[in-house]
Amino acid sequence: MATIVSPLPGVFYRKPGPGKPPFANEGDAIEVGQTLGIIEIMKQFTEIQSDVAGTLESFEVNEGDMVNPGDAIVVVREG
Amino acid sequence: MKKLLIANRGEIAVRIARTAREMGIETFVVASEADVESLAARSADHVVVVGPAPATASYLNQDAIVAAAVDNGCDAVHPGYGFLSENADFARKVADAGLIWVGPDADAIAMMGNKSLARESARKAGVPVLRGSDGPLDPAADAVEIASGIGYPLVIKASAGGGGRGIRFVHSEGKLLESIEQTRGEAAAVFGDPTVYLERFVQHARHVEVQVLGDGTSFIHLGDRDCSMQRRSQKVIEEAPAPDLPDHVRQRIRESSVELARECGYSGAGTVEFLYDPVNHEAAFIEMNTRIQVEHPITEQITGVDLIREQLQIAFTGAMSLRQDDIAFNGHAIECRVNAEDPDHHFFPSPGLITAMDWPAGAGIRVDTGVEAGSTVTPYYDSLLAKLIVHADTREAAIEAMLTALDETHIEGVKTTIPVHKKLLSRPEFAAVTHHSKFLETVPDLMEAQ
Repeated sequence: MATIVSPLPGVFYRKPGPGKPPFANEGDAIEVGQTLGIIEIMKQFTEIQSDVAGTLESFEVNEGDMVNPGDAIVVVREG
Repeated sequence: MKKLLIANRGEIAVRIARTAREMGIETFVVASEADVESLAARSADHVVVVGPAPATASYLNQDAIVAAAVDNGCDAVHPGYGFLSENADFARKVADAGLIWVGPDADAIAMMGNKSLARESARKAGVPVLRGSDGPLDPAADAVEIASGIGYPLVIKASAGGGGRGIRFVHSEGKLLESIEQTRGEAAAVFGDPTVYLERFVQHARHVEVQVLGDGTSFIHLGDRDCSMQRRSQKVIEEAPAPDLPDHVRQRIRESSVELARECGYSGAGTVEFLYDPVNHEAAFIEMNTRIQVEHPITEQITGVDLIREQLQIAFTGAMSLRQDDIAFNGHAIECRVNAEDPDHHFFPSPGLITAMDWPAGAGIRVDTGVEAGSTVTPYYDSLLAKLIVHADTREAAIEAMLTALDETHIEGVKTTIPVHKKLLSRPEFAAVTHHSKFLETVPDLMEAQ
């Protein structure tokens, strides 16, 4: 299992915008560099990307939750 | 006693509350759950919590804000800038609830919010406009022929865009049709409206603007400002009056801005923005902002007029207290936007607890701040902490005064853009007014991606 953590503080979103489908869902096959969500901080957006390939096991934070640097965002089952 | 709801946060909410208090108006400020302890919340007589921290749930929550005004028996709503200040639907909701909207009516906001309609009415009012497609680009028209009449390079702009968004540059005919299609697609996705128009592109343009006031029957200007020092289309340093502007250009933009306000029966404070070509000495209309601007204090410093007071006076009485003859200009003012951003790391936002905050003092210095020592800068909203404003007899003296004032400013706990201001104000290009709206990106030690 690999845990993708947030490098920065901000608000986590799974979707690129309101009414848009999520970047990824639980059970999806994930590639290295794939965008899993975005963190908004003071109107600037940073994509959270996977650094491993595998299957998306779970989201550790909910849409709109506040995260801090080092907080777990997503767990990916490698392979 | 009149009651005013301030539908904003940060320094502008503090600013509005200050003037309202002077006018004997009872103030209610909206706050998100994250801002309950903020300086803005304490600067008003009452705080109304309208929702959780994210702006969409609080400062953009139209129904909660209208309810806050109605439930507290408010007479009027001041939207400040940003958030819902240029949202015609919200202005209409406020009016429909029997409240006074401190700003122009919803129709004027909607018209100016549509960039091709705004350009059309500017042209009708005699405001200089750039060569362009004169209104929306008809999808069935021969875009290649229209573009060759305008000349390259040109810009494709989304009608529903603005604030630097929905813009694409085209340097030659080869990329024209493809770029138009891309801009249309993006505009449809982002703004819900695929309409685009074409405009000539001016290299090294400066950004100048004219402050206007109107009450529906009389219309005046309060001079011009220059906001050419920008980073990614966001203003960084502003000054008033605009330096190094030929008299005929200054007169033309001031007078035609008043005519544009007259053309739309404008009521309230507004700003007509121009792009200025310093090579050909030509100004051209960009857009009209139908609200108070962030940089309004520099106009206040050189005219002695309190623009918030005028907004409230017009909203409550329907009549302006000023005539053009009352407006006199005195000296030069500069404003630096102090943002919580880290200039050493690509201007990355820098939230956190402000552990120390000391501002300069002395003649000609003004600080409009939304935070103080002990405030927490949250990640939810934009990075503007405060505005440092100086006023002096001449531009040279104002630059010196600002550099001194920046030296006297100490903020700890978060990174700020103060070092950037010091660098920019010390540049020979700024002194010589040869800077332009893309200048900051050319300064080696401020450039991105080092």
